[in-house]
Amino acid sequence: MPNQQPATSNQQPATPDAAGHFGPYGGRYVPEVLMAPLEQLEQAYLEARLDPAFQSELKDLLANYAGRPTPLYHAKRLSEISGGAKIYIKREDLLHTGAHKINNCLGQALLARRMGKKRIVAETGAGQHGVASATVCALFGLECIVYMGEEDMRRQRLNVFRMRMLGAKVVGVASGSRTLKDAISEAMRDWVTNVETTHYLLGSALGAHPYPMMVRDFHRVIGEETRRQILEREHRLPDSIFACVGGGSNAIGIFHAFLGDSGVRLIGIEAGGRGAELGAHAARFSGGSPGVLHGAYSYLLQDTDGQVSLTHSVSAGLDYALVGPEHAWLRDQGRTEYVSATDQQALEAARTLAHLEGIIPALESAHAVAEAVRRAPGSKDQLFIINLSGRGDKDTDIYRENLKELDEPDQNRPAL
Amino acid sequence: MSQTRIGRLFERLRTTERRPALIAYITAGDPSPDRTPELVAALERGGADLIELGVPFSDPIADGPVIQRGSDRALKAGTRVSTVLDIAAEIRKRSEIPLLLFTYMNPVLHYGLESLARDAAARGIDGCLLTDLSVEEAEPYVGAMRNAGLDTVFLAAPTSTQRRLELVAKYSTGFVYLVSRTGVTGERSTVSDAVTPLVNAMRRVTALPLAVGFGISSADQVRTVGTLADGVIVGTAIVRVVEQNAASADLPAKLEALARELASGLPSKNP
Repeated sequence: MPNQQPATSNQQPATPDAAGHFGPYGGRYVPEVLMAPLEQLEQAYLEARLDPAFQSELKDLLANYAGRPTPLYHAKRLSEISGGAKIYIKREDLLHTGAHKINNCLGQALLARRMGKKRIVAETGAGQHGVASATVCALFGLECIVYMGEEDMRRQRLNVFRMRMLGAKVVGVASGSRTLKDAISEAMRDWVTNVETTHYLLGSALGAHPYPMMVRDFHRVIGEETRRQILEREHRLPDSIFACVGGGSNAIGIFHAFLGDSGVRLIGIEAGGRGAELGAHAARFSGGSPGVLHGAYSYLLQDTDGQVSLTHSVSAGLDYALVGPEHAWLRDQGRTEYVSATDQQALEAARTLAHLEGIIPALESAHAVAEAVRRAPGSKDQLFIINLSGRGDKDTDIYRENLKELDEPDQNRPAL
Repeated sequence: MSQTRIGRLFERLRTTERRPALIAYITAGDPSPDRTPELVAALERGGADLIELGVPFSDPIADGPVIQRGSDRALKAGTRVSTVLDIAAEIRKRSEIPLLLFTYMNPVLHYGLESLARDAAARGIDGCLLTDLSVEEAEPYVGAMRNAGLDTVFLAAPTSTQRRLELVAKYSTGFVYLVSRTGVTGERSTVSDAVTPLVNAMRRVTALPLAVGFGISSADQVRTVGTLADGVIVGTAIVRVVEQNAASADLPAKLEALARELASGLPSKNP
């Protein structure tokens, strides 16, 4: 590995193009009603991006409200027991509200205020983006409506309560699979109806331009910090970076600062769910093909007639049929690679991390842990970084359902 | 490009009958594919001049709950893109009513733009409208449709800027679909105030016929909108009747009566 690296690679990204395309992906596939509002949002964002006052307010909130920078932690026991790579963990789980989602929500809330929008709609899957949205709306005195699939409300009920306690209205969505996809559809229907007064606070690097670019930019701080921190600690760049990919916001956030570092492998982990058949997973790259959903063209799980497939993952935040368009483009370039971890692998990885490092990860992030641990034994002297995008408190009910033996009084500590 | 049935319809209405068109939306395959041709025939008997044939999509973000449920019923009944094309061919055996495919981008993209254009034209379809396809992304689609001699209808909305209205006019043939208000499909008790300014703004940039839809469900509303526009589009009210009478043998008669009632609102335009 080269060890003479510039301290940052902080230039403005060259993608997407002016129409929001990452190669053939991305773009704007929405009803005409939303086109002018998207143009206005893009304009407002491009101005804010260059406005030192906006950037300085955002930086202050990220530091003093959200808790940035987050630590880059050397997971010694996990490294030792995995028997190979030296593993670091980027602790986005320590941010206020418990996940990386707050980075983007603070940015978009500032933007909404700048545009004079007083009403916010958001979708949520696992509830982390919903909680972060409700939080920033409380902070800025904005009305907040969060759409959430009824299935996700059931499996993430703690987050439903948190959102309500923060003053948001949580609207259950009963259509389709009653998960993230349906929540996004319903949020878009609200936005299309109330577009004059409302900002749609989309929570992942998905949707029509400028969302994939804007959400990515608000999360680039993850990678910029990580790059600086690993150079300080190890005086060299990592060999591999692991991040889970639902829409792909935490992954694109940590990957971006390393795109120019060709020796750094960037590995996205999708939800392998229960198996490889359509409907049992959310692994878009292995099981999907390019298509359009919710405003963007990217890899999509769809049937032979172009209908969007149902998806499954134990983690609500990865349970979505389309991957963010920039991931599709980076993969085409050969710059990033994508694999999947099953429900079971993610659950086991969460338990391992809890036992060895005292960190209970979000189920989403546990997918990234699983892949890093899988690769570690053959990677002696290599440096790995896992982006731990969220903490696992919200998943306690699911962990209990799946790790029933831990409720037994005399359970034995498993051999690790 | 020679005129499609859509172009000929609007020309006839303008020069001979001097009235606006009644345009009826129905989801193909709702409640089942075999019933759609008789339902379209009933709408035509009642006075519909043009049929928007909805191709069901799993994630219809521009539609309200009634049309969402119609799409669900059609998909559950096994309706595929190819099924809708076959339904069109069946309708075409007995009728020359203009047919406009009405759907979302993904099913068309997945079928293949060129293949869809070719197969649709071969079955007597006259044009296509994709709700979530912006003019910015429309170049390959418009090319494929034009090559097959099909019209491409695009939406204009109350939020559209002048620049966007000009783009919509440039890419549209047959007619332009004006969305009466921001929001999803569904009935409303009053006609939106946004219609008049939108019609006027669009008239300034195109000579194409203008049809207005979203929220229109009664003969009174047809009359109000019909005095302004060249076509009045009704969708949700029709799908609601399909929903409420799905199992009934009276469904065609009910749809015919609804179309007749709506058509009774069409104003005649005397010079």
